[in-house]
Amino acid sequence: MRHPFLIAICLGLALLGAGDGQAAPERVVSINLCTDQLALMLAAPGQLASVSRLSQDARSSSMAELARTLPANSVRAEEVFLYNPDLVLAGTFTDLATLSMLRRLGVRVEVIAPAYSLEDVRTKVTQMGGLLGREAEAAALVAEFDKGLAALEQPNGKRPRAAIYEARGYSAGPDSLSGAILAAAGFDNVATETGLTVGGVIALERLVMLEPELVVLPTTWPGASRAEEILQHSALRELQRQAGTAPLTDRDWICGTPHVLRAIGGLAQPRTQLGGAE
Amino acid sequence: MTGYRGLIIGLSALVTALFLTSLLVGPAGLSPLRSLNALIFGADGPITLVMREIRLPRAILGVMVGGALGLAGAAMQGYLRNPLAEPGLLGVSGSAALGAVLSIQTGIVAGFALALPLAALGGAALSVGLLLLLAGPRGGSLSLILAGIALSALAGALTSLVLNLSPNPFAAAEIVFWMLGSLADRSFLHVALALPFMALGAALLLPLGRGLDTLTLGEDAAEALGTRLGRLRLMLVAGVAALVGAATAVAGSVGFVGLVVPHLLRGAVGARPSRLLLASALGGAAMVLAADIAVRLLVPERDLKLGVLTAIVGAPLFLHLVYRTRRGEL
Repeated sequence: MRHPFLIAICLGLALLGAGDGQAAPERVVSINLCTDQLALMLAAPGQLASVSRLSQDARSSSMAELARTLPANSVRAEEVFLYNPDLVLAGTFTDLATLSMLRRLGVRVEVIAPAYSLEDVRTKVTQMGGLLGREAEAAALVAEFDKGLAALEQPNGKRPRAAIYEARGYSAGPDSLSGAILAAAGFDNVATETGLTVGGVIALERLVMLEPELVVLPTTWPGASRAEEILQHSALRELQRQAGTAPLTDRDWICGTPHVLRAIGGLAQPRTQLGGAE
Repeated sequence: MTGYRGLIIGLSALVTALFLTSLLVGPAGLSPLRSLNALIFGADGPITLVMREIRLPRAILGVMVGGALGLAGAAMQGYLRNPLAEPGLLGVSGSAALGAVLSIQTGIVAGFALALPLAALGGAALSVGLLLLLAGPRGGSLSLILAGIALSALAGALTSLVLNLSPNPFAAAEIVFWMLGSLADRSFLHVALALPFMALGAALLLPLGRGLDTLTLGEDAAEALGTRLGRLRLMLVAGVAALVGAATAVAGSVGFVGLVVPHLLRGAVGARPSRLLLASALGGAAMVLAADIAVRLLVPERDLKLGVLTAIVGAPLFLHLVYRTRRGEL
């Protein structure tokens, strides 16, 4: 989004903040896709030693290009330890065996939970800023995020009913990040009508009976899987034909970073189409 | 003869009843009358789509997969004269799954859809051929089962390996599907893929009845009665491979159907292999339809695998057969 701009801010503030007595970590290794991206946004030059391999993959990471400027790790304790880090950033779902091994080896490990709402995005950015000793940069990023979000605010009006439908028939509910993106873009989530909160499986025939006005589908992965075959089902195709077309969910939907603004922005056009029709 | 005709009519009625039940069971909770009306005449709203594109192909596939597995099991048992011969247990389904997984993960299927059943058929044919070679014409229980265990383990391991190496994050979880089978969310695309191969397999196996009957008297007697054993064996391998390959390609490996059904029906047909073929096909269809209805009723939100239920019914029976084999009664 605004990488050069962000980097410029970071550089400037780093120079200002130099010599500030706080013991900020000097060699940080991140081993989770989402902490990778938050750290890439906030870390001082040279502070981040390595990011996980997943964040260098443009299919899953919104910051693949920037991530490729750093060495990648494969989220294994031995490999991470060899970077001699003074802080390791992990996610809630990182393998517990890896984390306990790193702790046994005396490395400080901080676990950051995934974001489930837009408020969480602010919290995560602030939390990351605190961990890296980059509070000012984090505050600036939150302010920028709020500005971007305000610009995307949908005028009041009809809220079309939409569904997010993923592999295996998993549907994101209102209390998930994807659900928050959908709500912020001005849609009601049909998963709410089925009683889902964070998310869960909605059988294809129930989805068809719910008659959503928009179905948001994921970008499929390379290789093939039966889990994703449901996305090609003729009944879903027919539903798509009757409902509005939506952009596919992608890397901007995965992590609670300010990049979710792009995902919200992508839904503006289908929202206008559906709102204008009736 | 009337007893046999009655049995076939009774089994057909059972399959029809289960087929209708399968159409009426689903998470959407539609009223039976409205849904049947929408299925046949069409109706406004999404209900027609649900009935025609989601439930109908699933029920049809249940009949096809069950019929194929029942028929293949009965034919293998007839030829090997061994009630333990079953596509799932002997690794034929597993090998078919390996073929299917290879064709999907190498991306061949994306360009050429028929590659999926063809590759599964290839895997199945290879394993049936190997089994007949290893077990010998008499189909001794020990060598047959040992060969089957080895083939199952190898096919399962290679399937897992291919799926673990896939760049797709969902692929590794799919090992469960290929090992246990499921009919969830299958569409008419899958019906169309499997149908020609299953029809071919049935056309190859059903006429073998007389040959299999003569084989119960021993190979020499069978040849004296005009059965050409080489041709019989070839048609058996091709037919079983086509049926099991097509069934596995669209539904994963559903085990134990070819074991339980012929076993239950053998008494009713007077242990004649020729009569067992059609009866087992119908019985297999009934068993898979019933299992598929049960998975939707027991835990509707979970996509319970078909093979879980067939194994719960089939494994105790298998143990019973093994026990009898040990006592030398077979």
